Amino acid sequence: MKKILSLILALTLLLAVFSLTAYAEDEAENERDDEGKGASGAFQGEVNVYNWGEYIDPGDDGGIDVIKEFEDTYHIKVNYTNFETNEELYNVLTNSNSTYDVIFPSDYMVSRLREEGMLAKLDFNNIPNYKYIDERFKNMAYDPDNEYSVPYSWNFVAIGYNTDMIKEGAVTGFKDLWDPKYKDDGILMFNNSRDAMAIAMQLCDPPIDPGAESFTREDIDRATDKLIEQKSVLKKYVMDQVFAEMEQNQSGICTYYAGDIYTMMLNNENLDYCLPEEGSNLFNDAMCIPATCKNKENAELFINFMCEPRIAAANSEYITYGTPNTGALDLIDEDMLESELINPPQEYLDKCYTFSNIDDDIYGYMQKRFVEACSASAEVSTVEKKTVNPAAVWAVGVILILVIISTLVIIVLDIRRAVKNRGRINKI
Amino acid sequence: MKSKRPAIPYLGWMLVFTIVPLLMVVYFAFTDDRGRFSLEPFKNASVYSEVFLYSLGIALISTVICLVLAYPLAYSISRCSERSQSMIIMFLMVPMWMNFLLRIYAWVLILQNYGPLDMILNLFGIDVTLIGNSGAVIVGMVYEFLPFMILPLHAVMSKIDPSLIEAAQDLGCSGFYVFTKVIFPLSVPGIISGVTMVFVPTASTFLVAQYLGGTQFMIGDVIERVFQSDHNTGSAIAVVLMIVILGFLVFMNRFGDKEAVNG
Repeated sequence: MKKILSLILALTLLLAVFSLTAYAEDEAENERDDEGKGASGAFQGEVNVYNWGEYIDPGDDGGIDVIKEFEDTYHIKVNYTNFETNEELYNVLTNSNSTYDVIFPSDYMVSRLREEGMLAKLDFNNIPNYKYIDERFKNMAYDPDNEYSVPYSWNFVAIGYNTDMIKEGAVTGFKDLWDPKYKDDGILMFNNSRDAMAIAMQLCDPPIDPGAESFTREDIDRATDKLIEQKSVLKKYVMDQVFAEMEQNQSGICTYYAGDIYTMMLNNENLDYCLPEEGSNLFNDAMCIPATCKNKENAELFINFMCEPRIAAANSEYITYGTPNTGALDLIDEDMLESELINPPQEYLDKCYTFSNIDDDIYGYMQKRFVEACSASAEVSTVEKKTVNPAAVWAVGVILILVIISTLVIIVLDIRRAVKNRGRINKI
Repeated sequence: MKSKRPAIPYLGWMLVFTIVPLLMVVYFAFTDDRGRFSLEPFKNASVYSEVFLYSLGIALISTVICLVLAYPLAYSISRCSERSQSMIIMFLMVPMWMNFLLRIYAWVLILQNYGPLDMILNLFGIDVTLIGNSGAVIVGMVYEFLPFMILPLHAVMSKIDPSLIEAAQDLGCSGFYVFTKVIFPLSVPGIISGVTMVFVPTASTFLVAQYLGGTQFMIGDVIERVFQSDHNTGSAIAVVLMIVILGFLVFMNRFGDKEAVNG
């Protein structure tokens, strides 16, 4: 019996190894193919693109493989890398030696980079497709003379909820995310300081304008208190996990980017959305060229390519965010364009705000307070809204001192014993 | 002296990738953002004391559960024939071939509402939320680190000379005394390395709590998060955690030495 079992096991292993090598060979062949192609139309240059994750159509599900198509058309190699937050982008641009040719910062980051002279002026003669950009997205506050940026996509923050758990139309705004009535359904909140704080600020009494040019530390403290108040009813802080939570009916209500809520609704028909009555953050990501860029012409070529209606439509359909490209509108799936999550009514847009560029110092404070809110315990907070529990501080302090003292004592004892032993050995 | 030469590549590796980063963390912990000496980071770090205690608690409970589960198992494995031993050990290792995150995600699927376990419990009329609490985090930790407890225990136990047990039995020891007087003392080194290998990573791990737990963070998550915006405070928390773990290791080693001497 055992022999048979080990035989089967060995065979399975063997099979696994074989299939792996076979796969590897396949890959190698593919690579050779690619190289062959490269040789016939060898790359004549490169462009380093730094973008958000999953922000360009990779060509699955009948879309367009945008990067490959660009490479094939212009014979320019695209080195594509991702960042996760605008602040990460900023840090990489300021601190590292790597140079990027095209970056995709959001509105407030464009204005910061522009003010600090980190962006190169675009030569719009090289970007003829700029004519497709909707007038409404030109000369935005973050680039008033429209010299440094080409808008790529726009979207806003909305609320999604599960109609199986919550009555349709019962959710009207962000205040419902604080409502104990929905606690058992599961409330999800942004796991990202800027977005979470903005929502908390809107709900403060009196409200703080999240789009303000700057905040005081008190503003942030008040928003933090508001977030801590939410903890007793909150299920989780999430970012990408929100998709699994909502699509698999694990949680009842969440706030997230509207285009992503649209995607969730496609995957789970129980879901519905709500445009928060308080208004929400309207954001806009743009394509820019950093001043340190080494392949400016290629970069402009890439930006121009991204503005081609066909490409812009493919990207917009893939990320399900709105596109500022008027030429692309005719090519995009109509259902998607009709959704309020992609094209909200003007009355709603009037209620929205955009983020301004805030001081490093204040942003750091915001992040610090957000982590504190995240780690505050829900039970304590409802009573006294404090993030620091003095008893715990004392306990950790005492543990630390005990550990240090006992470690020292043990080490001293060990040394003495060793010395003694050596003495004994010497005697012998 | 010559015999130490083969260790040079590793020593070089350790110097560059372990010692230097460690010193950098300590340096960050004792300076402010302008690089001047300051205890401010520790003051800032004190905010997270509660999370710290919570994490140590979770680590302690997980370690005890691992030990209770692994000890009898390791013992019975070590009594099997050598061939089946290696087979069983291999089966225990199979889950570890899979990516750590995937394994945790599998637990999310198992424990979630309307998940298989929830459905079965519902059939019996038990309606509980299995995920999003400390219990789920402990389950994840135990699953994740159980092999690290079994392996050292098994390694030590399989080396116990059966003739020692036979001798004890010949001299009239009952099963209970064979265990307390022979097997247990001889397995202490295994317990110590097992406990160390489970406690240390559970105390500092991150992501598990983010997936299986609710709003309560663990200290690993806090360090990750704080470090992104504030190197100094993040390092200070890490230093406190390192000191506690170091103390734990010294204590465990000391305990082991004593047992070995007495045994």
